[in-house]
Amino acid sequence: MVEVCGDADTALRGLRDGATVLVGGFGEAGLPFGLLEALLRCNATDLTVVSNNAGNGDSGLAAVLGTGRVRKIICSYPRQVDSWIFDRLYREGKLELELVPQGNLAERIRCAGAGIGGFYTPTGVGTPLAAGKEVRTIAGRDYLLEFPIFGDVALIKADTADQAGNLTYRKTARNFGPIMATAAKVTVAEVNRVVPAGAIDPESVVTPGIFVNRVVLAGEATRAPSPETTE
Amino acid sequence: MSGPLSRTDIARLVARDIPAGSYVNLGIGLPTLVADYLSADKHVVLHTENGMLGMGPQAREDKIDPDLTNASKLPVTELPGASYFHHADSFAMMRGGHLDVCVMGAFQVSTGGDLANWHTGDPDAIPAVGGAMDLAAGAKTVYATMTLFDKDGAPKLVPACTYPLTGLACVSRVYTDLAVFSLEQGTVSVTETFGTTVDELAVRLRLPVVSGPSSV
Repeated sequence: MVEVCGDADTALRGLRDGATVLVGGFGEAGLPFGLLEALLRCNATDLTVVSNNAGNGDSGLAAVLGTGRVRKIICSYPRQVDSWIFDRLYREGKLELELVPQGNLAERIRCAGAGIGGFYTPTGVGTPLAAGKEVRTIAGRDYLLEFPIFGDVALIKADTADQAGNLTYRKTARNFGPIMATAAKVTVAEVNRVVPAGAIDPESVVTPGIFVNRVVLAGEATRAPSPETTE
Repeated sequence: MSGPLSRTDIARLVARDIPAGSYVNLGIGLPTLVADYLSADKHVVLHTENGMLGMGPQAREDKIDPDLTNASKLPVTELPGASYFHHADSFAMMRGGHLDVCVMGAFQVSTGGDLANWHTGDPDAIPAVGGAMDLAAGAKTVYATMTLFDKDGAPKLVPACTYPLTGLACVSRVYTDLAVFSLEQGTVSVTETFGTTVDELAVRLRLPVVSGPSSV
C-alpha cells in the first residue's frame, strides 16, 4: 500500500550508507528536486547514484554530488555546459564514473524491474565501452552482455498520483520514471498533485501503484501547473 | 551549389535527402538544423531520445515548458499526433530498427562506415556518450555530418578511425562542406561536390574514391 508522506524527509527516511539511488530525470525535466533536497539534508554516505546526467549548476543532483557522499555515479551523459561540480570531482578522482550508453542504461534498469538476469545488446560493440564484456554472435550479429541495475531506492518525479499509488507523468518529464519505479526496493514519487483513488482513468495510468511505495507532494516552486480541464 | 558549404547548406541537403514519411532522429549540433528545412508535406516524424515522437520546433517565450525538452535539453513543442513514452521504449525504437534515419555529427567516419563522434580520446576530457552508440547500432540508416577536413587540414573521412569508435559499419552517407559521400561495402562514392572535383578529393583524402550517382 502506498504511503502519502507529509514531507520529503519522511519520504526518504531509512536511506542507508552504501545504498544505490536511482534518480529520474533527463537534464532538469523529471528531476525530483524536493527529494534531492532531502537527500542533501540526510546523512547517508558512500552512495551510488544512477541517473542519466550528473547534475547541472549548483543545485539538485549537482549539490548532492558536491557533498562528497556519493562514491560512484552510473550515467550516460555527465558532461554538460554547467556540470562543473561533477567535472571537478571526476578530475580530482573523488567520484567513480561508470559510463553507460543511454539505451543500455535504460534497458539495464528495465531488466532489474522485470526480473531479467541480463541481455545481449548491439549497442557499444566494437567501442571502448565494450571492454571486459562478453561478446556473443547471434544470427550473424555481435552483441554485448549487459546486466541489470537494481536500486535500493528510486527517486522519481511524476505528475499525478492517486491514493492507490498509480502515477501519470507530464510530457518528456516521464523519461526514466516508469522504469526506475520498477527497479528499486523502495520507490518514492514526488508529484504535482495527489488525488483520490479512482480519479485517474485506469486506462491512463502509466505506472501502476504496485511499483510505488511512497508519494510526496512537490514544493510549490517546482510544481507543474494543473492541466486544463477538457471535459 | 559552390563550396565550401555552410552548416545551414549542409542541413538543407540532408533534409532534401530524408525520404518522405520517415521517422527520424536528429543528433545534437548541426543535425538539429535539419528540422528547419523539412517541409511539412514530407510528413517526417521527429523522434527525440528523451521520450517523444512528433517533436515540433523549439519553443519560444510563453510556449516554454520545462517538462517538454529535446535531447539537448532545450524547450521544444509538440505537433498534432505526438506521443510520449519512457526511456526503455524510446531506445527500443532505435535498437529494434524502427527508426528510419538518424543524423549525427562526426569527428571521423571510416570508409567502411565506422563512426567516431563521442570522445576525442584526450585523457583529460570528460567522457559522455548519451544515446550516440544506441543510435549508431539501431537506426536503419545513419547519415553523418562533418567538415571534410579538420583545422589542420587532416581528412576526417579516413581508412580507419583514430578516435574512439561509437559504432561499427553504421554510416551510409556522409554530408560535408565539400562533398556528399555514399559508403557501401568499403567503396566510397562521391555523389555531389561543392567547389571541388572528385579527382581533387581523391588526392586530398588519399583515398580511392569513385564518382557515384546523385543521391536524389
